[in-house]
Amino acid sequence: MIARESRRRFLRETGALVAFFSLPCPRAQSQGASKALPGSLKGSPYLDAWIRIDREGKVTLFTGKAELGQGIKTALLQLAAEELAVPLERIELVTADTALTPNEGYTSGSRSMQDSGTAIRHAAAQVRALLVAQAAQRLGVSAESLSVSMGSIHALDGRTLQYGELVAGQVLHVQAEERSAFVEPGKRVIAGKSLRRVDIPAKVAGGVAYVHDLRFPGMVHARIVRPPSASATLVALDASEVERMPTVLKVVRDGRFIGVIAEREYECIRAARSLAARAKWEESASLPPRAHLYDALLRLPAEDHVIAESAAASPAGGKQVRAEYRRPYQMHAAIGPSCAVAELKDGKYTVWTHSQGVYPLRDALAELLAVPKEAVRCIHAEGSGCYGHNGADDVAADAALLARSLPGRPVRVQWMREDEHAWEPFGAAMVSRANAVLDASGTVAQFEYEVWSNTHSTRPGKAGNLLAGLHVAKSFEPPAPRPIPQPEGGGDRNAIPLYAFPGVRVVHRFIPQMPLRVSALRGLGAYMNVFSLESFMDELTLAAGADPVEYRLRHLRDARGREVIRLAAEKFGWSTWQRRPRAGRGFAFARYKNLAGYLALAMEVEVGRDTGAVQISRVVAAADSGEIVNPDGLRNQIEGGIVQSASWTLSEEVAFDDTRITSRDWAAYPILRFPAVPRSIEVHLVDRPGQPFLGTGEVAQGPTAACIANALADATGMRVRELPFSPPRLRRLFAAG
Amino acid sequence: MITLKVNGREVSVDADPATPLLYVLRDHLKLNGAKFGCGLGQCGACTVMLDSEAVFSCVVPVSAVGKRAVKTVEGLGTPENPGPLQQAFIEEQAAQCGYCIAGMIMRAQALLERSPSPTEDDIRAALAPNLCRCGTHMRILRAVKRASDKGSA
Repeated sequence: MIARESRRRFLRETGALVAFFSLPCPRAQSQGASKALPGSLKGSPYLDAWIRIDREGKVTLFTGKAELGQGIKTALLQLAAEELAVPLERIELVTADTALTPNEGYTSGSRSMQDSGTAIRHAAAQVRALLVAQAAQRLGVSAESLSVSMGSIHALDGRTLQYGELVAGQVLHVQAEERSAFVEPGKRVIAGKSLRRVDIPAKVAGGVAYVHDLRFPGMVHARIVRPPSASATLVALDASEVERMPTVLKVVRDGRFIGVIAEREYECIRAARSLAARAKWEESASLPPRAHLYDALLRLPAEDHVIAESAAASPAGGKQVRAEYRRPYQMHAAIGPSCAVAELKDGKYTVWTHSQGVYPLRDALAELLAVPKEAVRCIHAEGSGCYGHNGADDVAADAALLARSLPGRPVRVQWMREDEHAWEPFGAAMVSRANAVLDASGTVAQFEYEVWSNTHSTRPGKAGNLLAGLHVAKSFEPPAPRPIPQPEGGGDRNAIPLYAFPGVRVVHRFIPQMPLRVSALRGLGAYMNVFSLESFMDELTLAAGADPVEYRLRHLRDARGREVIRLAAEKFGWSTWQRRPRAGRGFAFARYKNLAGYLALAMEVEVGRDTGAVQISRVVAAADSGEIVNPDGLRNQIEGGIVQSASWTLSEEVAFDDTRITSRDWAAYPILRFPAVPRSIEVHLVDRPGQPFLGTGEVAQGPTAACIANALADATGMRVRELPFSPPRLRRLFAAG
Repeated sequence: MITLKVNGREVSVDADPATPLLYVLRDHLKLNGAKFGCGLGQCGACTVMLDSEAVFSCVVPVSAVGKRAVKTVEGLGTPENPGPLQQAFIEEQAAQCGYCIAGMIMRAQALLERSPSPTEDDIRAALAPNLCRCGTHMRILRAVKRASDKGSA
């Protein structure tokens, strides 16, 4: 009974049973965009695009951002509850849905708090002010004399009006103002507190929590039979035997796109295996030589973008330091393979998806299916871990194409493990080169940095961004890859050092041609660039005979950056650290994108020279993400980022031969398991009440890699510049001395 | 028809005997806790208990279950009335995406039933078969400790 209630709530939130609002549609509201409005109010300026209150006083909050397990639902509810003076439990939150919510693009780039959090805080404060003004008029008193609590407005004489009594007509259908009167920081009781996440109880007790858990009446299961490699062509497919299986409803073939639909999930998997065994493919050796991957990348044509340049005189006879760093292809590798449910009914598609961008996906699906955008509705439902552009959009396209062949039946597609490993878009392989000249005191006088990279976004938008779009007979051309411009950057994200170096030249050598399909992986180029720059800072520190913390502070003017560096060093006990055998310590710092959250890390590692294993014994982090809405949520994100980046850095590399991706399961693509994760992680937060939200989701990826590299160098005297620092690689390096 | 005892209830399912237990739990019995992760026994997202043992339900044919009692995360409590180990996960906020968590809880439950006061190294070793991709490991360790005799002492 209880489970049924939570299922009903889930379905309502995800739109399955939702009663459509009779209020103005979001598309109409997205007109009249204003540049000056804060956060995502710019694109959706009407207050009732974000907050609606019915006559019973029930509050519904709308966001175009999606819960990815980062806790955004809870943080947004906290902001709205605080400013509206309504208990959090009384607010229903509707997330990314093309029929209901504002279009906030992608839930990516650590931008949800800046975009949606800012919009919702302003909208909630302005809704409260509007309702107070209404009440003042109704009661014939001044607005200043009224107080607000628990969704009611109270006059000094004891008269009370509920919000529900004040929302007649279109009172909230007004454009937002640029400024809002927020609850003062000292008086906040909900925002800024470590409230427990609203999504966790269902996740620990088998509630309906994921798109994978959706079960609709009449729903059927489907699997895709992918080609064995990206350039493989289908020579022959004998589907007749599989089509005759009594459990099989349909085999769909369109060019290289092959799907099978069955009533039951396991029967579907068996049918897909049979089908795969009956498909003949012709493959070609089209992948770069893995043993010489980086040389192959450097040989590809590149477009040069000079993204920073300031001249300074070169000191005569200054010491010069050079280094080259390398990063392989790496995976998102969510634990649950991508999944979607799609239904075609009365000429309209509904797609339940864990895509990061329901609106861009809708546009791509409409192109793929050759229907108007209005005929496709995409509703976000949570997936397994989202760390960037994974298979979510692709599997939604698979489901929609199969639903087209079976109208009236919701079709659930879940990828198999090998589909996810072999077909998700990877994080790009990259090469960087740094070169610096020091003056007589060891301070940096000139600094040059070059980074070679593919694009870091091939997200939809277009049908050519979807795997199925590439595989159908009338295939779609993938849009030409483009670099993501500064200041956020893609391959060049965080390529410009935040340090005050007198002479700087930074060049992004953008490689359009993609030997392997790549897209956004948490942090994009920042993972590689911060790994490179902060490794290099330690190489310079060594050349200057300085201390890593002092050397960073010597070059950094940014006051907030200096504060997190000092805090991490102090909490770690940097100045009193005692060297032990086989142990080393490292330090690293970055401000994500040079405009989002700050993170400084200090770390101790122990290195097994015989095993090649690096065990992180202790990590101390200090972070400044602006004003904090949920401190525990922030810590959870940073801890998770540190562990995930440690896994990338210590073990992860996509393997392939000249034809196929060979990392097709967890044995061929190992990630950190419990015994190898850090022994302890402490996260210290600097709160900045009243300052803008800076975003936290990706701050740890780069600093963690560099911090491990620096601690490894400190422990062994060996500087490793090629990722990952896997035991076999380290054993080879140690053996070579 | 195959008869199973799942979370204390006898159920009969019409499934091919070779069907892995995972699909019977999810598809026939409409339980959400056990998750498909790899189908290869490599990641632990599908972990359930057979009597006192934690197993990968994705590689156990339903015909091999026999008389052993199947316990899934639904057998420990509900979102509204979580059991002690589930409550510990909530208190430590030991989830990000949470897809691995039901499997983690079942493997930890099996550990705590045979060893109520595990050391941190015991917990790490016991949970080694289960993967978490969000990096929630430190919180998962704290949650298991909290639910153990040592945690509540």
